[in-house]
Amino acid sequence: MVKEHHFSEPWDQIVKRLLSALLVAISLTPPAFAGDPDPSNWPSVLEEAKGQTVYWNAWGGAENINAYIAWAGAEIEKCCGVKLIHVKLDDTANAVAKVVAEKAVGKSEAGSVDLIWINGENFASMKRQGLLMAAGWAEKLPNRKHVDVKGKPTVRTDFTIPVEGLESPWGMAKLVFFHDSARTKAEDLPKSARELVDWAEKNPGRFSYPQPPDFIGSSFLKQVLSETIADPAKLLKPVNEAMFVADTNPMFELLDRLQPNLWRQGKTYPNNYPDMKRLMNDGELDIAFSFNPADATAGIEAGELPDTVRSFTFPGGTLGNTHFVAIPYNATAKAGAMVLANFLISPQAQARKQDPKVWGDPTVLDINALPEADKAAFAALDLGIATLRPEQLGKALDEPHPGWMERVETEWKRRYGAAN
Amino acid sequence: MEAALRRGKLTPMRQADRALSIAIAVSPALVILILAGPVIAGLAGTLLPAFGFFPVLGGDSFNLDGYTMLFAEPGIWMSVWLSLFTGLAATAISLVVVILAIAAGTGTRAFAWLTRMISPLLAVPHAAAAFGFLFLFSPSGFLSRLMSPELTGWTQPPDILIPNDPMGFSLILGLALKEIPFLLLMALAAASQIKIAQSRQLIASFGYGRIAGFLIGIWPQLYRRMRLPVFAVLAFSTTVVDVAAILGPTNPAPLVIRLVGWINDPDLSMRFIASSGAVVLVLLTLTAILLWTGLERAGSVLMRRQSGRGQRFARDALAQKLSLIVATLTCVIVLTGLLLLGLWSIAGLWQFPHAIPSQLTMRSWMSALPQMGGPLWTTIAVACLSTGISLALVVLVLQRASETKREARAGQWLIYMPLIVPQASFLFGLQLLVLGSPFAVSVPMLVLVHMVFVLPYVMLSLGDPWRGFDQRYEQIAFGLGQSRWNVFWKIRLAMLLRPILTAFAVGFAVSAGLYLPTVLIGAGRLPTITTEAVALASGGNRRAIGVYAFMQTLLPFVAFSLAMLVPTLLFVNRRAMRH
Repeated sequence: MVKEHHFSEPWDQIVKRLLSALLVAISLTPPAFAGDPDPSNWPSVLEEAKGQTVYWNAWGGAENINAYIAWAGAEIEKCCGVKLIHVKLDDTANAVAKVVAEKAVGKSEAGSVDLIWINGENFASMKRQGLLMAAGWAEKLPNRKHVDVKGKPTVRTDFTIPVEGLESPWGMAKLVFFHDSARTKAEDLPKSARELVDWAEKNPGRFSYPQPPDFIGSSFLKQVLSETIADPAKLLKPVNEAMFVADTNPMFELLDRLQPNLWRQGKTYPNNYPDMKRLMNDGELDIAFSFNPADATAGIEAGELPDTVRSFTFPGGTLGNTHFVAIPYNATAKAGAMVLANFLISPQAQARKQDPKVWGDPTVLDINALPEADKAAFAALDLGIATLRPEQLGKALDEPHPGWMERVETEWKRRYGAAN
Repeated sequence: MEAALRRGKLTPMRQADRALSIAIAVSPALVILILAGPVIAGLAGTLLPAFGFFPVLGGDSFNLDGYTMLFAEPGIWMSVWLSLFTGLAATAISLVVVILAIAAGTGTRAFAWLTRMISPLLAVPHAAAAFGFLFLFSPSGFLSRLMSPELTGWTQPPDILIPNDPMGFSLILGLALKEIPFLLLMALAAASQIKIAQSRQLIASFGYGRIAGFLIGIWPQLYRRMRLPVFAVLAFSTTVVDVAAILGPTNPAPLVIRLVGWINDPDLSMRFIASSGAVVLVLLTLTAILLWTGLERAGSVLMRRQSGRGQRFARDALAQKLSLIVATLTCVIVLTGLLLLGLWSIAGLWQFPHAIPSQLTMRSWMSALPQMGGPLWTTIAVACLSTGISLALVVLVLQRASETKREARAGQWLIYMPLIVPQASFLFGLQLLVLGSPFAVSVPMLVLVHMVFVLPYVMLSLGDPWRGFDQRYEQIAFGLGQSRWNVFWKIRLAMLLRPILTAFAVGFAVSAGLYLPTVLIGAGRLPTITTEAVALASGGNRRAIGVYAFMQTLLPFVAFSLAMLVPTLLFVNRRAMRH
């Protein structure tokens, strides 16, 4: 460790004061108490939202998702006079970093982010640091009544963290693998993480995962962890540092075996899951995966994948979770953001989202409890040849506590982060 | 009004003269403020946290913890080495290609054709060129598809590590592709100030071959005039973000890529690492420049020794051809890459190893176009404003320099400062200051930040033609009793219209292609075509990338075309101006 170099006392004081003036003084804004809009008084929210512009920070790497968001923007402008601007991120963490930085300089209102597409670690981090708008708003939205809270427990606990109405659900996710049946036979496919590593040994260079901390890449590590840890119950609690090495040892033994057989020998990785899709179409990968069960079908529809691609999961279960939208504590257009969040869980918006021709992202609603017309809209959807039926998707494994992902990512970086 | 003017003996003409004098007098100060202000403020905002001082994060003592954490990051030295190596190698390769092309080519018809081919390449954004390179050379890229499976026997792409190879060779080549046109045009501009043809004849009369004669007799004079652009290329290559993200190694990545990752990390304590990394990045750029000056020395010693031997290298016909072929190849690669971008943007299913898509579809365009309007207008507005203001300032500063007959060397360095100090290093401090300021994110603010980068390029592009202007035209006009304003407007600006419009196109292209300043200062609220392209590129969807990279190229291309067309149309009745 390098020793700290402190300046002598008086000089230190002077410099400190001067510099504080430079960095902080300009940033002190008087605290204002503009009451947050109250969703239980919905007409007033609608009134306040009219004319607002909502800056929705959402990952912008997938064309079909961008197009869906643009559609949602056109809809809420028509119905409610709310303008939507999609701030396309290449990583959701950037939006969190923006809010954190704004809080750091004391910008407690008129922030630059109105709504974030979020879940898991980023949500946990924002909740912990008090960066989200008052608890409970999400449970008071008018369309909340359609949400399948009972049947989909991850709507209320996001990666073991209680949601408490701080974020509103948007879609369901389940880890699904896919392969091209024209190249690989269904019966040769692995049925667990361990078998996947064996498969890669026999087919070197034909499998990879996005480089952590990419969300899907880290999720793959968690899938391996969930399958290999001796006592899975431990994953639902924060990491026990003393036991971390022992707990993750089987996982890293497996990853060590996988490493030399990865695509490009693990010297580089796909950027993210759409990149895996591209590599599969290029014939560089034989097995890819996604958190959206309809992704293969959507890829076929978009001409990004051949129509011989099919999906599969592990019989022992794969990770499942819910993704959400959240409003930062210092958002500028809170009412507008609520109107948008409410629209996103309307049966109309959810049915469109689940259509593989549009996006294919599974709904968070309880379809059976919907009014007949809406139920029919869902029933009319053709989920497509490459999408597994809900009953074929298999067991959903719980997401580990966010602390695990952080520790596993650090350890991954230490082991494989400098491959060259 | 008129009466008042007459009473004060100020005719409108005199008034214009006076306004011009004032504008000319204050312009240098304005330029210094616009360029140095943000860079220095930004560096301060980076330096303080780099030494532990960041009160809002609880850092209130000066220490070196940031560096301790930085150098504990896995693979950090490899990242540092990669940045240094790729930057130096890309600059050296580009310069060698340019030297040889000029040495072999100037005065030949092939070279005239080459320069005409290469100028539009300046309009191609770095990211678009890098994507083109990727689509061409990756194992599942176009070249591999053309040859497979017939020549190679590959039914699936080979598992070869290109691009993103660990030593950064693909990054080096990708950078060189874009630096060669830039350096070539800079060299041509510098060449217009020395009498190349005459020198060549003299040297040839001593029996030297074209290349050797050029290297010994002309290159030293030429290089002296283009050192600053070379340094700018060197600094750019060691710290560029977008090209490195597309073609560079990933595991570990070059330092600047990791730096951006730390800046965007929601764990704010990473900001200490980021700031320390930003300081290291500045040192790294300085080291690269130092090493480069070492190379310059070595080169000049070698050259002197060689010329002392008196060898003539008269038979260099083959070397001449090769030099021109290599330079031509860069054009061909970039242009083919652009064609591939266009093809991908309308491709349906296109599997390996098919050389062409199985179907064509406008689907990608149909889904992208409705979302493109806002970013398109932001791009155009910010580019026009930042370039327009920069151009006005540059013209005034140059006018002052030519009136006072002084060229401040310090001023020269100052103008290049934003091109040499790594963007990431000061933007990130600047971002904190902007965030802490009461001003909201707005177009004027983005314009100001863009000017920091646009102004130097406008200066770079206009400086030589301006200084090369034959002042006797003006003396004649003054002799005929013309006012200062008239001489400035009707003689100087009118005769320099072509280079002025070219400088505008250059500035426009720079602004339209800026990524990091736009996302950091615009906070994502002012998306441009470039920021949209990078966000979409993260998904690796070649069709979407094709659409955006195509648009990204189209905008500056239109600007350059206008710069060519407008003077031709305006001067349709003036034969001597239609060159």
